[in-house]
Formats: sequence, C-alpha cells, structure tokens
Amino acid sequence: MKDFWKRYSRNRGAVVGLAVLALVIVASLAAPLLFPASPWDMVGTPFQHPFQGDQLLGTDTLGRDVLAGIVYGARVSLMVGVVSTLAAVLLGIALGAVAGYHGGVVDDAVMRFTEFFQTIPSFVFAVVLVAIFRPSIQSIVVAIAIVSWPPVARLVRGEFLSLRSREFVQAAVVTGQSTGTIILREILPNALSPIIVLASLMVATAILLESSISFLGLGDPNLMSWGYMIGASRTVIRTAWWMSVFPGLAIMVTVLAINLIGEGLNDALNPRLARRGRA
Amino acid sequence: MNRFGFILRRLGKAIVVILGIAIVNFVLIRLAPGDPATVMAGEAGAADEKFVQQLRQEFGLDRPMYEQLAIYVKQVATFDLGYSYRQRRTVASLIFDRLPNTLLLTGTAYVVALGLGILLGVLAAGRVGRWTDSVITVLALAFYATPIFWTGLMGILLFSITLNWLPAFGNISVGANLKGFAYALDVGKHLILPALTLALFYVATYARITRASMLEVASLDFVKTARAKGLPPGRITRAHILRNAMLPVITLAGIQAGQLIGGSILIETVFAWPGIGRLAFDALLQRDYSLLLGVFLLTSVMVILFNLATDLVYSLVDPRIDVGA
Repeated sequence: MKDFWKRYSRNRGAVVGLAVLALVIVASLAAPLLFPASPWDMVGTPFQHPFQGDQLLGTDTLGRDVLAGIVYGARVSLMVGVVSTLAAVLLGIALGAVAGYHGGVVDDAVMRFTEFFQTIPSFVFAVVLVAIFRPSIQSIVVAIAIVSWPPVARLVRGEFLSLRSREFVQAAVVTGQSTGTIILREILPNALSPIIVLASLMVATAILLESSISFLGLGDPNLMSWGYMIGASRTVIRTAWWMSVFPGLAIMVTVLAINLIGEGLNDALNPRLARRGRA
Repeated sequence: MNRFGFILRRLGKAIVVILGIAIVNFVLIRLAPGDPATVMAGEAGAADEKFVQQLRQEFGLDRPMYEQLAIYVKQVATFDLGYSYRQRRTVASLIFDRLPNTLLLTGTAYVVALGLGILLGVLAAGRVGRWTDSVITVLALAFYATPIFWTGLMGILLFSITLNWLPAFGNISVGANLKGFAYALDVGKHLILPALTLALFYVATYARITRASMLEVASLDFVKTARAKGLPPGRITRAHILRNAMLPVITLAGIQAGQLIGGSILIETVFAWPGIGRLAFDALLQRDYSLLLGVFLLTSVMVILFNLATDLVYSLVDPRIDVGA
C-alpha cells in the first residue's frame, strides 16, 4: 500500500486530480446542507448575473440557483459514472473470463458477440436505448453500461488467455478446484490491475456520455444534471452565457480529474508499463 | 489468400453485422413499453384505433414473431426503413436528403482531426519535455475531457457572439440565394465552427496516441541503427519512425470514425446543421421512433463501411499484415 501511494504520488497530475475529485465528492454529499432548497426551486429573479446578487453563479431563466444546480448535478454525474461503470465491468469480466478461460468455440462465439457490440456506434445506441425505454436514471445507467462493456471483455479475455496456462493455475486444476473457484480466486486477482485502470477511465467517459444524453433532453426529468442545465439554457446563450459556461466547466474539471487519476493508477499498478511512451 | 479474397471476406462479415443490427432494431421496437404499432406511429396523434389496427396489419403484427422478423429484414434489405408519421414522408427519403450535409461535416472533421492530431503529436514527440510538448499535452488532456456540445457552445459564444467572425447556425445564409462559388464559400464559412468543434476532441485523441507511438518506436533498435548509419534526423523521423508509428493511429481512427458520426448528433443539434444528426434530435423531440431507428441503422452501416476502409488502408500501409488472417 505504501509502495502504491509512493508510485502514485510521483505523478503530480494524478495527485491534483485526486484532490479535485475529493472536492467534487464532498460538495455533492454536502449538497442538502449547502443548499437546503431543491435545485428546481426559484430562489431569485431570473437572469441574474453571476458574482453580483445573492447567488454566486447567478440564476437561470426560471430564477433557479446555478451553483445549487451544479452541486446537485455532481451527484447525478458521479452516481451514473460509477454505477454504470461497475455494471459494465462486471458484465465485461463475466464474458471475458468465460471466453479467455475456455478458449475454442466459446471464445470465438463470445468474441464475435463483443465485436458486434463494438461496431454499433455507442453514443447513438445509448440515445436510442434511453429514448425507447423512457428517460430515467435507471435507463441511462443501463444504456451506458450496455455500450461500455466490450473493451473490458476484450481486456479480461486477453489476461485470462495468458494466465490460464501458468503453473499456479494448473496446480489449482490438479488439486481439483472447481472452474468457478479457479476463475474467481486464482486468475481474476492477478488480472485486476489493468481492469482497475480501464475502469477509472470508463467512469470519465460515462460522465461525458451522461452529460451528452441529458443535453439532448433525455435526462431523468426529476434530477438536476449538468448536461440538462446546458441544454436548457443554450437558446439564451446570447444574453446569459453563465448558465452554460459554469456547468460545462464542472463537467470538464471532473472528467479531467478522473482521467488524471487513471494515469496515476496506471503508474502505480503497472510500474513496468508506466513510463512506456513517455519521457 | 489474396487481397480480393480478403475484401470478400470482410464484405461478408459486414453484411452479417448489418443483419445483426437490423435484428437489434426489431427487438428494440418490440421491447419498448406499449404496442409496437403505437410506437411506430410515433406515439402520434394516432390514438385513432382504426389507424393503429391498420398499422398492425401493415407490419404483420398479428402474425408470428419469426414472420414479423422476416418481413422486417426484407424491408431493410430493400432500403424500406419505414414511414415517419410525424413528417409524413418515408424515413429513407428523409435520411438521404440530409445525408450529404452530414457527410460534408463529418468528412471535414475527420480529415482535420487526423491531419492536425498527427501533426501536433509529431511536434510534441520531437520536443519532449520542452514547452511545446507541455502545451500540446495539456491542451490535448483538456479537450479530451470536454463534452463536444459545450466546446461548440463556447465556440459560438466566442467567434459568433463576441467577435462576430463566423455564423452560428445553419449551413447557408438564409434568403441569400447564392450560386456557384459564392454558395460554396458561404457553406464553407458555416462549416468552420461545427467541423472544428467536432474535430477538436479527436485532435486531442490522435495527438496523444501519435506522441506515445512515436516515442515508443523511437526507442526501438532499427532507429538506433539508422542513427548509427548517420542518417539525417529529419529523415529518420519521417521515413523510419513516423511510418511505423502510424499503425495504432490508423487503427484508432477507424474505430473512432463511428463515434465521430455519433458526435455529429450533438454538433448538428448545437449548430442547427441540417444533417441526419439534427434529424435524430428532431425525432427524439417528437418521439418519432421509426425515424430514430432509421438513423441508428444508417449510422451503423456507415461505421461498418469506415471500418472496412480502415482494414484496407491498414493492409496497404503495413505489408506484414496477413490479409488472410
């Protein structure tokens, strides 16, 4: 653990990213304390400029607090990012492990299936899924998970293919352990590092996807989100720039922080590969 | 196997995938909450029971599932993508009307993204650790983290509203009635912002990959040999490193061509660019599922064609690739 942190903290960007993400998480957890009123409530005059009135970042077209919207929006972004990634990773591990462990016909079938899903343009597919199954936080999470799992499956399959012929796995086979135990207890722990790195980057992509879906007006109608805020105010951008600028900055900063963390994790978990391709 | 056989195999695979996507479409419509007939009518003002009944018959919804699927696949194979009851036109005609605009936008963005991305990546790799490299790396990281619809809005805010340099909406000046060269110039002017916005995210990606790939190849033995032979550094970079470093970039570009088309939904929405992305957005607003699924099918086909083209380019660039594999 100490080693891990030492290698991680050598990447300065990753440390900054971690600090920024921690701030976003704290703000989103403290949202009800910071802004007791619902982010949908009118709290001031509409079109109030930022840094002038009671609302630090101004109000939107309906007099709602932009900063409150951003803080509550962080909850949706983080939640969708983490839950959809978890779902995609579990699905990817399941399929990739089966394909890589068994090989042969099973591997062929699973990989063709995976390739098929990789061919479908992911954003359009996610939009179609959310639209058809009615916009809600659940449908958004499911849609993002469905379009995100293929890279995990390919990665896990590759790891399993190379690990299953190792001696410790063969020892487990000889001692009569069940296939499930071998996959979960013997191989998977050894394949975890690259999966964790990939998953961290997938959270960032999922947040971008969620914001794009909400921007198109397909967000959960009951939850404030960054994409929705930008989509709802883009028609008034000529007069009210702040309504689109601040939520967009929130997305950019959060996604950037997570990407930096991903690079730091890569340095810390895959020290052999870490400096490849860098000076 | 020769290249002709390779192309045939890839074509066969592409047809299977398109068939698969048609089946996904078919299943989606039937999984959707509510009666497929009402869904296809676009949850329209088609509450009329007689009309829905007529739709059921037309789509064979009263017949067994496998027959319905056969009917649907046959329709797709003959480019019959259904009817948009909202727009009162066939989905195919709506899509093909808008397709050239989308191809212009995505094609331009694709070329710009590849050209600029590779150029910046090579620049950064050649100046590792110096300020050019730092600036390019930081910018690439930032654009990689920015949602493209927001980049587009910020572009409008800066170049259209504040500076008044470029038009913010549409693909031609309304009511100008321009012809010939003036028309092309007008379209070009409208194209700059949306194409650049769409390109920037991918410029960031290609620049990062090119830089990493260049540095990796530069550390290989054959480059050392070239240096030892006393070849000029510029020639080593161009003929030895760049050529070999391009392979991962081409792979990625092929994969991402599809995402570029997906991204055009957002960009066309932001810039009111009259392409199929904008059409998809309108379909979303009107809950016009036939049209939405038509766009989905077509974008998937475009992705497959892009991938096919990438495979071919790949086999031309790198003779080591076994086309029979």
